Amino acid sequence: MESCPTVKSILLLDSEGKRVAVKYYTDDWSTHSAKLAFEKSVFTKTQKTNARNEAEIVMFDGYIVVYKFIQDLHFFLIGGDDENELILAAVLQGFFDAVGLLLRNNVDKKSALENLDLILLCLDEIVDRGIILETEGSVIAGKVATSGLDSAGSLTEQTISQALATAREHLARSLLK
Amino acid sequence: MAEPLVKKDDDRDDEDYSPFMGIEKGAVLQEARVFNDPQLDARRCSQVITKLLYLLNQGETFTKIEATEVFFAVTKLFQSKDTGLRRMVYLMIKELSPSADEVIIVTSSLMKDMNSKTDMYRANAIRVLCRITDGTLLTQIERYLKQAIVDKNPVVASAALVSGIHLLQTNPEIVKRWSNEVQEAVQSRAALVQFHALALLHQIRQNDRLAVSKLVTSLTRGSVRSPLAQCLLIRYTSQVIRESSVNTQTGERPFLDFLESCLRHKAEMVILEAARAITELSGVTSRELTPAITVLQLFLSSSKPVLRFAAVRTLNKVAMTHPLAVTNCNIDMESLISDQNRSIATLAITTLLKTGNESSVDRLMKQITNFMSDIADEFKIVVVEAIRSLCLKFPLKYRSLMNFLSSILREEGGFEYKKAIVDSIVILIKDIPEAKEGGLFHLCEFIEDCEFTYLSTQILHFLGNEGPKTSDPSKYIRYIYNRVILENATIRASAVSTLAKFGALIDSLKPRIFVLLRRCLYDSDDEVRDRATLYLNMLGGDGLVGETDKDVKEFLFGSLDVPLVNLETSLRNYEASEEPFDISTVPKEVKSQPHAEKKAPGKKPSGLGAPSSGPTSAGDAFEKLLSAIPEFSGFGKLFKSSAPVELTEAETEYAVNVVKHIYDGHVVFQYNCTNTIPEQLLENVTVFVDASEAEEFSEVASKPLKTLPYDSPGQSFVAFEKPEGVPAVGKFSNLLKFIVKEVDPSMGEADEEGVEDEYQLEDFEVVSADYMLKVGVSNFKHAWDNMGADCERVDEYGLGVRESLAEAVSAVINILGMQACEGTDVVPSNARSHTSLLSGVFIGNVKVLARISFGIDGPKQVAMKLAVRSEDQAVSDAIHEIVASG
Repeated sequence: MESCPTVKSILLLDSEGKRVAVKYYTDDWSTHSAKLAFEKSVFTKTQKTNARNEAEIVMFDGYIVVYKFIQDLHFFLIGGDDENELILAAVLQGFFDAVGLLLRNNVDKKSALENLDLILLCLDEIVDRGIILETEGSVIAGKVATSGLDSAGSLTEQTISQALATAREHLARSLLK
Repeated sequence: MAEPLVKKDDDRDDEDYSPFMGIEKGAVLQEARVFNDPQLDARRCSQVITKLLYLLNQGETFTKIEATEVFFAVTKLFQSKDTGLRRMVYLMIKELSPSADEVIIVTSSLMKDMNSKTDMYRANAIRVLCRITDGTLLTQIERYLKQAIVDKNPVVASAALVSGIHLLQTNPEIVKRWSNEVQEAVQSRAALVQFHALALLHQIRQNDRLAVSKLVTSLTRGSVRSPLAQCLLIRYTSQVIRESSVNTQTGERPFLDFLESCLRHKAEMVILEAARAITELSGVTSRELTPAITVLQLFLSSSKPVLRFAAVRTLNKVAMTHPLAVTNCNIDMESLISDQNRSIATLAITTLLKTGNESSVDRLMKQITNFMSDIADEFKIVVVEAIRSLCLKFPLKYRSLMNFLSSILREEGGFEYKKAIVDSIVILIKDIPEAKEGGLFHLCEFIEDCEFTYLSTQILHFLGNEGPKTSDPSKYIRYIYNRVILENATIRASAVSTLAKFGALIDSLKPRIFVLLRRCLYDSDDEVRDRATLYLNMLGGDGLVGETDKDVKEFLFGSLDVPLVNLETSLRNYEASEEPFDISTVPKEVKSQPHAEKKAPGKKPSGLGAPSSGPTSAGDAFEKLLSAIPEFSGFGKLFKSSAPVELTEAETEYAVNVVKHIYDGHVVFQYNCTNTIPEQLLENVTVFVDASEAEEFSEVASKPLKTLPYDSPGQSFVAFEKPEGVPAVGKFSNLLKFIVKEVDPSMGEADEEGVEDEYQLEDFEVVSADYMLKVGVSNFKHAWDNMGADCERVDEYGLGVRESLAEAVSAVINILGMQACEGTDVVPSNARSHTSLLSGVFIGNVKVLARISFGIDGPKQVAMKLAVRSEDQAVSDAIHEIVASG
């Protein structure tokens, strides 16, 4: 067993199995075509199931896939077959909830694509190269949303921090030589 | 994004609308020029980055030049104070994974952000910088990272810790210096910080057993708050338990109380982690299992599919080793057969098949039949395999199980599924003699309407070997000849071979077979005609080929005595000339370790692989390997080969294990050596065996291994003589001797000069169980009665104080090395007495049956009554001797 719980991939596909946003954290699928083939098999194996209320789960090819559907969006989270299913499910739920908050409960493919920047930032805040960063949907959404709200502090603050930064930059440059 | 990136296409309805419709790489790269504008439009820039990221996400790739251009343009955006844009810049830089000289460009900007007042900047800049940095830069930012680890903002601390986990892979010596800060972070109040800190701390110390043990000891006292961190702690704890599993005498396992307390945790993920850890403890007892099974049972009726799945999967695994511990869950399990989630249903079915007893088989089969029609092939295969092992466990039930297999064989299904069924039928035919005729008949029916050429040919081959030995072989001829009329050339050819086999073995059928074979002489396919001609000549015995009856049979049924790989190379090298190809020139030695051996333990026997030709089992492979060595060819027939015994610890310079081959008057030790040092080439590898503690053995031959290059296993052999037919035992100590030569791994060439060296291996013993073949019987009572009481010997023994009845039973079975029949190796929990039925073949090919009754009393004193029947009184006595001395 991996000593630290690891996520191998997060997929957000549409109702035809096409990519909305995907992230791979291992080399298990090294080529683009291998990735597409994997996405296709994940999609077809889960297509007929009803994962709209509770997250569902399936295991194949040595991977555990937990998934949840809403409207025309399919959320998938993939881990190794010795992983704790409930940890994976918690991460999936975090992603799902965060997207719901960020899209103001108007979760479908159209609004996901229109807000793709938020979706990508969201993925970035959930998992860092396979390691779980955060599982709480509201916290994830909060981290993503703050970026849009508070644009730069007061002017004076800026000048001071800028001055400090330039000094540090100077130091760093001299160190680099 | 507030405004659509591309104008909406009016022809499309709302459903198909995408803001990225018609997006094109070249155009977006053009758009990226706005990054260079003196007056930056933050929103516009964000949109362009999103488009670039969209392209990358869809699998588009940038050329080196394109990527560099985008990267330089993106670095300009650090001038903007827009937070949203900055976040997108971070994402873009990570996606582009810039080269070392490019990294320098952004380093200063990122370092500035690392020290920003905005927490979000700090956290993100740390992650980006650590992702793209190399070792030299790391030393410069180390100070900031150490500070960040103990930052009061949890997001910043987590960012630094997670980056630390990644950097540990590339720059361990630097990250290890952060131990103090990381240790402080473990005490953090923020759940995720604690989780990341614990993960990093453990990875820093993972090679130091004592430190890990200390860490676990201090943390299990209860300062961990986050469920994720608690899961980590459980994993580390079971690792510590695994490594300290020595204290078995007192029966108390360290940290078990901690794992049990986690079963009462409020987070389900922790409960599951703990329950799974307990079930996976090595040598776990039923008492230790009970609390874990109880919580898993509760999960079975959860409304959440993921929880049900996790529970049933864990219980399924437990059922393999402790079927009786899981029987309490059978009622919940049965209701899961109709679960919406087919993975859960399949796991439930296979668990029930493992825990079921003989009386419940029929009821189960009824439930499964309804279930099979609506699951996918891959699940059906799992069920078929479970049914196969059930049938081997309860051979008396073969009729209903075989009927089930044949009925599903008639239904729709893909190749893998059909193959699994056919394999199962073949295995059952081989192991349960009573099932043979019925099983062959089912296979015959199947090939009447089989769409898979591979399966048809395999079945025909199997039919040729088994069919002639049945009571009425003639009834199979029709099925076989039908193939010749109706099928493609490949199947026709193998049907011809099968016909010939019937003809060779059964004289009464010969004339009819001749008629059929002659008809094949007009076949449209070369191979079919050639085979028919060849067999007609051979079987005709009219002197043309001039082979004796024995030769014919050898030709038809014998196996190819050269490895196929070698034959292939020889054939490739053969140039057409006057001189015919001579098969005897093909080398017989197997180059690398026999393939069969690697997968031998654990893997199920492959059914059809090649029923009698080629090495199906490890034993066959060994026999072939050994008989190819002239020194050992005079030893007669190989009686038994043991499972490999490891003579070195894992991860040492040279990995060596030994396989004990037992002959009537000899033993051969096969040392499988692997050289794990790329810089070395070993030559003239021998094993020096000290047999001073094995008096009845004397060394007669040894075969050194000429060369042992890196990572390519080879074998060295030593042979001993021992008294004929006697189960001599003894202890052997071993010393590996060799000449070592330095190799430059980049060049792959070895030095001329070598140095003699030696390497101490661990000792091993030849024990009585080595002289016993595990051979099961399907109906023990029948076999026992048939054997008769002529050579029976009964005696009683006290086994002293034992941990449990089950432990005593498995110890005795192991000492004897016999096969437990009818599932009698499993002891019900809480049982006070138990009877095991064992069968085997002792050296000299003497069949042995044993019936052992065990009893246990209050203070755990175990007594047993051993009754042995065999074909030879001396052997019956010898078995008692084994127990008496063991």
